Amino acid sequence: MSKNVLAAAAVFVLLGAAAYASFFIAPTDAKQGLIYRILFLHVASAWTGLTAFFICFIANLLYVWRRQPRWDWLGVSAAEVGLAFTAVVLVTGPIWAHPVWGIWWTWSPRLTSTFVLWLLYVVYLVLRTLVEEPDRRALLSALFGIFAFIDVPLVFGSIRWWRDQHPQPVVMGESGSGLDPIMYRVLFFSWFAMLALMTLLLRQRYKLEAMRSELDTVQRELEAA
Amino acid sequence: MKREAAPRSVPSRGSSVMPPGFSPVGLRFENIDKRYGGLLALRRVSLAVAPGECVVVAGRNGSGKTTLLRIAAKLVRPSSGTLNFANTSGEIEPGAVRPGFIAHATMVYDELTAEENLSLFARLLGVPQAQKRVEVLLHDVGLWDRRASLVRTFSRGMRQRVAIARALLHEPSVLLLDEPATGLDPQGVAWLAQQIRQLRDSGRTILMSLHGESEISSLGTRAVRLDAGSIAADTRAGASFRSILTFADA
Amino acid sequence: MSLVSNTGALLGKELRTEFRSRELLTTTVVFILIVIVLFSFTFDPTSDESRRFAPGLLWLAFLFAASLMLQPCFLREQQNDTLSALRLSVRDPFAIFLAKLTANTLFLLLTELFLLPFFSIMYNLPVVRVLHWLVLVFFLASLGISIAGTALSAISAQARMRELLLPLLMLPLLTPILVASTEVTKSLFDRSPYVQWKGIGFLAVFDLVFLTALWLFGEYLLEE
Repeated sequence: MSKNVLAAAAVFVLLGAAAYASFFIAPTDAKQGLIYRILFLHVASAWTGLTAFFICFIANLLYVWRRQPRWDWLGVSAAEVGLAFTAVVLVTGPIWAHPVWGIWWTWSPRLTSTFVLWLLYVVYLVLRTLVEEPDRRALLSALFGIFAFIDVPLVFGSIRWWRDQHPQPVVMGESGSGLDPIMYRVLFFSWFAMLALMTLLLRQRYKLEAMRSELDTVQRELEAA
Repeated sequence: MKREAAPRSVPSRGSSVMPPGFSPVGLRFENIDKRYGGLLALRRVSLAVAPGECVVVAGRNGSGKTTLLRIAAKLVRPSSGTLNFANTSGEIEPGAVRPGFIAHATMVYDELTAEENLSLFARLLGVPQAQKRVEVLLHDVGLWDRRASLVRTFSRGMRQRVAIARALLHEPSVLLLDEPATGLDPQGVAWLAQQIRQLRDSGRTILMSLHGESEISSLGTRAVRLDAGSIAADTRAGASFRSILTFADA
Repeated sequence: MSLVSNTGALLGKELRTEFRSRELLTTTVVFILIVIVLFSFTFDPTSDESRRFAPGLLWLAFLFAASLMLQPCFLREQQNDTLSALRLSVRDPFAIFLAKLTANTLFLLLTELFLLPFFSIMYNLPVVRVLHWLVLVFFLASLGISIAGTALSAISAQARMRELLLPLLMLPLLTPILVASTEVTKSLFDRSPYVQWKGIGFLAVFDLVFLTALWLFGEYLLEE
C-alpha cells in the first residue's frame, strides 16, 4: 500500500515540476504569448499516447505468440491509457488553436492523424465488447491491435503528405515550426513526467484487469456447475 | 449388443481400396486440457487409440466429445497436452496425418454441385488422379446421377453422403466422426453403418462420438465414456460396452 | 497441393459461386449508384466544384460499398462449416486468404470500372484521357481494401453485431487508402492532369505491408 502511495507521490512531484518548467523556465514566445505553453502538454501527451500504443502492440504480439492472459491484460490497459493521453491531445488542440487562429479545429497533420489513431483504438475496445469468450476476445483484439499499429505509420505518413498538398494551420511543435533549445528540454522533461504517469496508470489498470479476469473465471465455473 | 471383433487384415471390399503401402495409424492424446474462458471442456484426457481400432466415444451433450474430435482433427488447439500419431513403424510427424472428418455440419458448399464440391476438395488435398477418384466416390455413395445438381437441392441423407465422400477423398488412415447419424432416417443409418464397417475392415482407425446405442455403435471395437471432460469409463479397463453407451443417454 | 494450385482452386470456387448468383456484384453496384446520386445533392456540381469534391466522394462511396460487400466473405463459410473443411484440406491456410482477396479485388475493380462512366457523366469529369492511370489507381486501392477487408472480415465473422462491426474495423484502418487515392485521382482530373507518384507509392506500400501482415498472422485469424 505504501509503495503505491510513494509512487503516486513521485509522479505528482514530477508532473508538478514539469508544469513549473512549462510556465517559468521555458522562454516566452514572441508571437503567441502565454497560450503556446500548452504545447508542452499537447506534444508530450501525443508522444506518451504513442508510447502506450506501442506497448499495446508488443503485448498483442506476445499474446498471439504465448497465449498467456497477462499479455491480454497489458494490451487492453495500454490501449485505454493510450486513449486517455490521445484524448488530451485532441482537447488541447482546439484550446490552443482558438486564441491563435480563431478557429476551433485545424486539420493539421498531427491533429488529424491523432484523431484517426484515437478512432482506431476506440474500435479496438468496441471489438472487445462484442466478443464474449475471453480467449477468443483476447486473440481477435490482439490481431486487430497488430493491424492497427502497423497502420499508424501509414496513417501519419499519408496525412503528412496530404498536408503538403493542402497546407493547414499548424499547431506549434509540428515539424517545420522551430523550437528553442530550452523549449526542447522542457518538452522532453514533460514527456518524462508523462511517461511516469503513464506507467502508474498502466500498473493500476493492469491489476484491475487481472482481478476482473479472475472474477470472471470464477463466475463462469460457478455457472457451469 | 455385443461388440464385434475387428478383423484387421481382412482385405477390403468395394472400392475403398487400401493404397499400396497403407499402414494403419494410431493416435495418442496425452493430458489434453481444453479451456474455454476458464471453463475446462476437457480435463487431463489421456487416450491411446491403437492402429486400426474403432473407438466409440460416448457421453452426454457438453461432455467434450466434439472438442476431443476437433482436437484430433487439428481444428482446435488444446490448451495443454499433446496429440501424437504413430504407425506400426513408430511416431509420425503430425503434419503428415490428415484425418477424414465428418461432423453434423456437412462441410460442403450448397452453391456448388456434388461433383464440383468433390473436385475442389480433391484438388486442394492433392489427390492423385483427382477426376477419377471423384467419379469412383460418387458411384460409391450412390450420387452419380445427381452429380451435377447443386447440393442445396439435396436431402439431409444425400448431403451426408457428399460429406462422407469428401472425407474419404484422400483415403485417410484416420477417420473422425462426430455424431454422424444425426438427422438420418433408418435407411440412411443402415447405409452409413455399412460404410463404416467397410472402412473399419480395411484397417482404418476410427474415432466416433455417439450419444446412444445404435446400429453404428455396435461397430465399435472399444468404447470410452466422457463425463464433464474426463474419461469416466473404458472398455479396455473392463467396463462393459453396453453400460458405457446407455448411461450416456441424457 | 502447392500454394499456387490451392489458391487457384479456391479462387475458381469463389468466382464460380459469385458469377452464378451475382448477388454481391449487383447489390454493390446499386449501392454505389445510390450513393453517387445522393452525394450530388450535397454540393453545387459545377465543373470546378466537381473536380474538387468528386474524387473524395467517389472513394468514400467505394469504401462504404466495400465494407458492406466484404461481410459475407467469411460469414458464408460458417454456414455449413465449410471453413473447417478448407482448413482440413489446404496445406497452407494463406491460400484461403489469397484466393478470397484476389476474388474480392476483382469484384471491387469490376464494380468500380462499371460505375466509372456513370460517374464521369454525372459529374462532368474527363476520364478518357487518363483512363489507364485511373485503372492503376483503382487496382492498387482495391487491392489494399481487399487485403485489409478480407482479414478484418475474418475477425468480424467471429463477433456479435458483425454488420456494423466490419465498417467500424475497416474505415479507420483504410484511411491511408482514402487519402492517397483521393489525392491521386484529384490530380488526374485536373485541368492539366498529372500523376502523383508519391500517392501511388503509398498505395503500393500499404498493399505490401498488409499482405505481409496477413501472411504472418492469417492462420491465427482462422483459429477456432
